[in-house]
Amino acid sequence: MTEVLAAACIAILVVMAIALARAFKAPTVYDRILGVNMFGTKTVLFIAAVGFLMGRPDFLDIAIVYALINFIGMVAVLRFFEYTAPAE
Amino acid sequence: MAELIDLVLLAMLALTALRIIFLKDLFAVVMLFGIYSFLSALIFINLDAVDVAFTEASVGAGISTVLMLGTLALTGRKEKKNSHSSLLPLLVVTVTGAALIYGTLDMPPFGDPDNPVHQHVAPRYIEESPQEIGLPNMVTSVLASYRAFDTLGEVVVVFAAAIGVLALLGIRRKKDSDLESGLKEHKVLHVIAKIVIPHVILFALYVQFHGDFGPGGGFQAGVIAAAAFILYALVFGLPNTLAVASPKFLQWMASFGVLLYAGVGLVSMIKGGQFLDYNKLAADPIAGQHYGIIIIELGVGITVFAVMLSIFYAFSSQAERSNVQ
Amino acid sequence: MFILDIVSSILLIAGVFFGFSGAVGLFKFPDFFTRVHAASVTDSIAAILVISGLLLQTSFDLNTAKLVFILLFLMITSPTASHALAKSARHGGLLTLAEAKTENKGADDKQEQAH
Repeated sequence: MTEVLAAACIAILVVMAIALARAFKAPTVYDRILGVNMFGTKTVLFIAAVGFLMGRPDFLDIAIVYALINFIGMVAVLRFFEYTAPAE
Repeated sequence: MAELIDLVLLAMLALTALRIIFLKDLFAVVMLFGIYSFLSALIFINLDAVDVAFTEASVGAGISTVLMLGTLALTGRKEKKNSHSSLLPLLVVTVTGAALIYGTLDMPPFGDPDNPVHQHVAPRYIEESPQEIGLPNMVTSVLASYRAFDTLGEVVVVFAAAIGVLALLGIRRKKDSDLESGLKEHKVLHVIAKIVIPHVILFALYVQFHGDFGPGGGFQAGVIAAAAFILYALVFGLPNTLAVASPKFLQWMASFGVLLYAGVGLVSMIKGGQFLDYNKLAADPIAGQHYGIIIIELGVGITVFAVMLSIFYAFSSQAERSNVQ
Repeated sequence: MFILDIVSSILLIAGVFFGFSGAVGLFKFPDFFTRVHAASVTDSIAAILVISGLLLQTSFDLNTAKLVFILLFLMITSPTASHALAKSARHGGLLTLAEAKTENKGADDKQEQAH
């Protein structure tokens, strides 16, 4: 079981890296936000899986915080994007 | 396994930092800073520093991102073109960096059990704190009891930050509330925010009072509770939030938290102990420690909540005002 | 116990697979709205599968409750965030691929007429 968990952790890490790449280089700013959001949700899964891998279920508290903050950050980005939209 | 994850995370962190340097769109930079905080929190998790990771995730990724976005709404999102020559700064940075790297050569090896940090006070905390304080989460024991003075100092610093921001910016109330405010178009967000916000506040209370047993405590709880109100302000508009928690009320709360903390110290002095010596708070020293820690954590939580929300009000009201004009 | 482990492994692997396909879709799909589609749908299913896989590893205690909370929270917020993002993009004047094509065509036609 540990092997599967470890493999899942690494695979989620790879997905996070891809999402990060999208956040680095994106055709539109919305794509960037999409990449950041995907990175956040995958991080939540990663923390949960790592917590089980290391036998430290305390980590789940942090996973919850990540989920909350990710959502709030997302809303904040959308809210302030209206203010700062460039005149293209 | 842990080393591999560490390496991957550190590589992502370095790449993010490099990308931040070369990006000109400040809006994207702020988002990448959020990712940067998330990544460093992940590294803290991997190092088993759960409480630090908690703080980094809630403060670094949550509140700072929101405040930086609010600042961008005031200043515009394009980086100014730098017209100065970058030779002298480069020289200064190189020299400083070389000095820092030279300094690290003297540092003890990473993870060595003989390092001074593991020899000095840590063994005493680990061996004695179960008998002296008896909390499962040793970080809370150290933070709230052994280092209660330091923590009081931190709370006062947070309080001073609020005073500074309010003195410089102030909170402007708009008289005509018919102005466009909040994400009015997003009906789905309105419904979901109404479901989410109570649970966020509930979770903040859990973090506040579960800090003795697991990761968390007053700092984190205050920030999470403030984040709930910030979500409300973002979705339903600032005037509605000002009606729920008025700035005057928050100023009272911020000072109340600091006073509660210091009051515990005074009570312990009245009972014949030193300042912030919780042993004297109850007949049984361990029970006294528990009372003291719960009360001062509550004080920390109240102050941090009020201060974070006040600072957000100050930034956000400026942003709304400047965008109306 | 053994069966639970196998089921949990299958769920985890399936979840990771969907997450991975979503990440690929983030790069491969032609325009923003299809990319939102790829990201949001796979995000939800990956969260459901991975967390269900982890749920089978717990022994019905506080951790189970926390995992269920995370699952419910992600199920509520992640589609909402995607929806709000797509709506903002639409509001901001981003066009779908089909619309962009017809628009370009119209512009080309106009140019030709001008010539």
